[in-house]
Formats: sequence, C-alpha cells, structure tokens
Amino acid sequence: MSAPVLELRGVTKAFGEREVLRGIDLTVAEHEAVALIGASGSGKSTLLRCVDLLEEIDDGDVLLDGEVITDPAVEAVAVRRRLGYVFQAYNLFPHMGALQNVMIGERYAHGAKKADAEERGRALLARFGLAGREDGRPDNLSGGEQQRVAIARAFAGAPRALLLDEVTSALDPELVGEVLAAVRDLKAEGMTMVIATHEMGFAREVADQVAFLHAGRILELGPPAQVLEHPQRDETRRFLGRLLEAGRI
Amino acid sequence: MTETAAIAASERRLEREAAKRRRARRGAAIAALSSVIVIGGLAALVLTSPGWPEVRETFFNWGEFTNAFPEVLDGFWLDVKVFLGVEAAVLVIALVLALVRISNTPGLFPLRLLTTVFVDVSRGIPTVLLVYLIGFGVPALQIVQPAPSPVLLGAIALTISYSGYVSEVYRAGIRSVHRGQHDAALAVGLTHAQAMRLVVLPQGIRRVAPPLLNDFVALQKDVALISIIGPQEAFRVAQIYQGENFNFTPLIAAALLYLAVTVPMARIVDRMGGPEGAVR
Repeated sequence: MSAPVLELRGVTKAFGEREVLRGIDLTVAEHEAVALIGASGSGKSTLLRCVDLLEEIDDGDVLLDGEVITDPAVEAVAVRRRLGYVFQAYNLFPHMGALQNVMIGERYAHGAKKADAEERGRALLARFGLAGREDGRPDNLSGGEQQRVAIARAFAGAPRALLLDEVTSALDPELVGEVLAAVRDLKAEGMTMVIATHEMGFAREVADQVAFLHAGRILELGPPAQVLEHPQRDETRRFLGRLLEAGRI
Repeated sequence: MTETAAIAASERRLEREAAKRRRARRGAAIAALSSVIVIGGLAALVLTSPGWPEVRETFFNWGEFTNAFPEVLDGFWLDVKVFLGVEAAVLVIALVLALVRISNTPGLFPLRLLTTVFVDVSRGIPTVLLVYLIGFGVPALQIVQPAPSPVLLGAIALTISYSGYVSEVYRAGIRSVHRGQHDAALAVGLTHAQAMRLVVLPQGIRRVAPPLLNDFVALQKDVALISIIGPQEAFRVAQIYQGENFNFTPLIAAALLYLAVTVPMARIVDRMGGPEGAVR
C-alpha cells in the first residue's frame, strides 16, 4: 500500500506559554477527506497552518507523501507548492481581479506561461460557477463568490491535498451552500482534503473520517456515523450537545 | 382606505421635501453672507491700512513683475529639475531603506542598524542645516576634485532629508497590510520576496499614496533651501532682483510659481484621500 498523503506524528505547537497542539497523530490517505471538528480555540486552524508550514512546529513531524516536511532543512516554499490552503476570511488579493488571483500561483510559483495559466484560470473559474467574473475585484464579489475564487486559487496549483480552514464561517447563511457545493465537487473528484469545519451536516456527508479536537488533542477519530452519532467521550457529547442547542446540526 | 393612506404619506413627503429645501437655502445664504463678511473684512483691513499704498508699490508692482518674471521663471526651472531628480531618488532610496528595516534576515542586521540610525539622524536635523552642512562640508573634504556643483550638493542634502521621512511612510504602508495577505501569498507557493513584491507592496504603497504625495508637496517648496549655498533658483533670483531694485514684487512672482505647482498637487492628494480612496 502506498504511503498516506499526509501523516502527523506527535505534532506539538505552543504560542509562548499556551500549548495549542499537544501531540497530534493523524493519517490522511489518498482521496480521503478528514473533517476536524471542535470548539473555537481547540487547535483546528493551528493544525492546518502547521501542515502548510505557515507555523513552525515545536515537536513531532509532518509527512507529505512519506517525506518529512517539518525538517528545518526542507524548503518550505517547495512544500507549500504541493499543498493548497483556503482561509476562513478568503484572503484574496484585493488589488487583483478574480482571474489574476487564481493565476498568480501558477505564474510565479509554478512558472507557467502566462497564456497557459490564464487558460487554466478561466477554466477553473468557470468550473466553480464564476464564468464572467474574471475581472471582478474581490470587493465587488459576494462572500460566496470570493470563497469560491479562493478555492479555485488553492486548487490551481494541482495540490496533493487541500487544507480548508472553516471556509464557510465568515459567510452569510444563504451563501454557505454554494461554497459547500464546490468542496463536495472536489471531493467527488478524489481530492485529498483536511477540512476544519463547524458544519456537522457537511462533515457527515463529505468526510471519510471525523477527528474531534479538544484542548490540543484528538480525543476521538472515526467514521462520521460513529463520532457524530455515537460519541464515546463526554467532551465530544458535550460539544455536539452545544451545537444541537445552537441549531447547528 | 389605502388611498387616503397613500395621499397622507405623500403629503408628509412634500412637507419634508419643502423643509429640506428651506434648510438648504438657509445654509447657502449663511455661507454666502459669512464669506462676504470675512473676505470683505480682511480686504478692507489690508486696503485701508496706513502702509497699503507703500506695500502695493513695493510688493505688487505690475511693471516690476513683468520685468522680473522671465528671470524668476528661468530660476524656477532649476527648482523643477532639482525637484524631479530628488523625488525620483527619494522614491527609490526610501523604499530600499523601508525594506531593509522590515526585513528579519540575520545577515542584514548591521545594515538594519545603519538604516535605523540614518532615518533617525536624517529626520532629526533641520533640512536647512543639512543643506548648509553638506553644501560647505563636502567640498571642504576635497574627496572629489573639482568639488561637485552646489546644485548637486543641495540635491543630495534634500534627498537625505526626505528619504528618512518617506521611508517611514512606506514602512507604515507595508505594515498596514494584513498578515493574512502574506500568508495567502505563501500558501499559493510564492517566496517571501515574491509575496512582498506582488502582494504586500502594491497594497501598502497604494494605501500611503496620499501621504507620499503630501511629502512631495513639501519637498517642492523645500527646494528653495538650496539657494543658501548659491544656486540661482527662483527664490534666489527674486532676492537678488529685490536687492538691486528695492522692490519685493519678484518674490511674489516666485511665490505664484510655487503655488502653480503645489496647489494642483495638493488637489490630487485631496482626491486620493476622498471617500472613494479611503474605502480600501
């Protein structure tokens, strides 16, 4: 059997005194989608940032296709070119149109010719329902459109895995569906994904595994039916109970 | 029933619109009246002052104005040339200073220290003093023979003085760009240098364009300071003329020439800082 796409081994990360990740072990196989659930501050975003080397971990290792990427000798830029990241607040480049946002990685990180990058960029925008919006500045796009541009941008570099950081949290409720549809579409294509999310219904539908994070540790890991319907731990039950009260399930 | 409601509402509306018009008329009337009082009062104060006939003769003499204007204008072209040269140099040097100061490469530490000292010192010395020190100090060193021209020395002094200010403006602009932009640039696979060049700098510089232009309005005026070490720019020419003819009108001519350049620049700054520019 081939190596998993992503593997985390005992990853720890602290910001000053605050330990955010306290020994995370997680394996993500090819074509697999893992949903990270847990309260705000449980370490979901930090975990994703550590995998994309936007944060330096303190201990443990992260492997991408069997290769340790958290070794200080590894070129972080080269690693990031093999991964895609979608931010909660989209983080589109506001001084560029939608098409330029999608092209910039291909052009400057992957050295594609301008015409090729543009052709692929247009195709990607069309695929995510954004044909005709190529020149739209992020300011003039709806939140849902912005996040779909951001997904297209992350996907443009043909990443081995996509890291999605609460991609619907900043959206008005009526715009959540179109963004989730884009993610669903990528999943159907076999994209390997790690998805930090508060959308339990979506996690149940798309994820092959759900990991429940609590205080920097994965307390529960398994298929959605198991973790979400028959949680074994009190912490998981309390977390899901609170979401149920808030009408989020 | 609904019809009466609609009529009642439209009456309210007419009433409101009439009130709005009354308010606008009243505002315009007050503005006009206060302008007439203030401007008229000031004019009356100047024109009825005991020294006015004398001042009109020595400062606003049309004959002297037309006589001196061509020479002052010639001098002013030197101002414009120095201004353009210094501005170009300042834009580049200040950007380099700002980039060195925000870098965190360990190897650049000595350079970082040096630029910090440079920015502090150049901003801390009055521009007029810097012009004087460089204008007379550098030739005295006798490093280059013959000594550089006073125009060049003055331009160097202005460049040093303004590079310090402008680098701080750049730095503020760069730091105002949200960290998430840099993260996003790295996440699509760009290097730190590419992220700076393609994502952070374009946004940061756009944001500080109004204060940058503002500094250049100030620079345009400060070019007159090089006159103290000799070059015959507009102010110096006017001064010489005044000394020879005991008439200050050429200084008014010089002032008008400065205004002809700085006022349009100031209007551009206003536009950039307007509601549209402020949104981003």
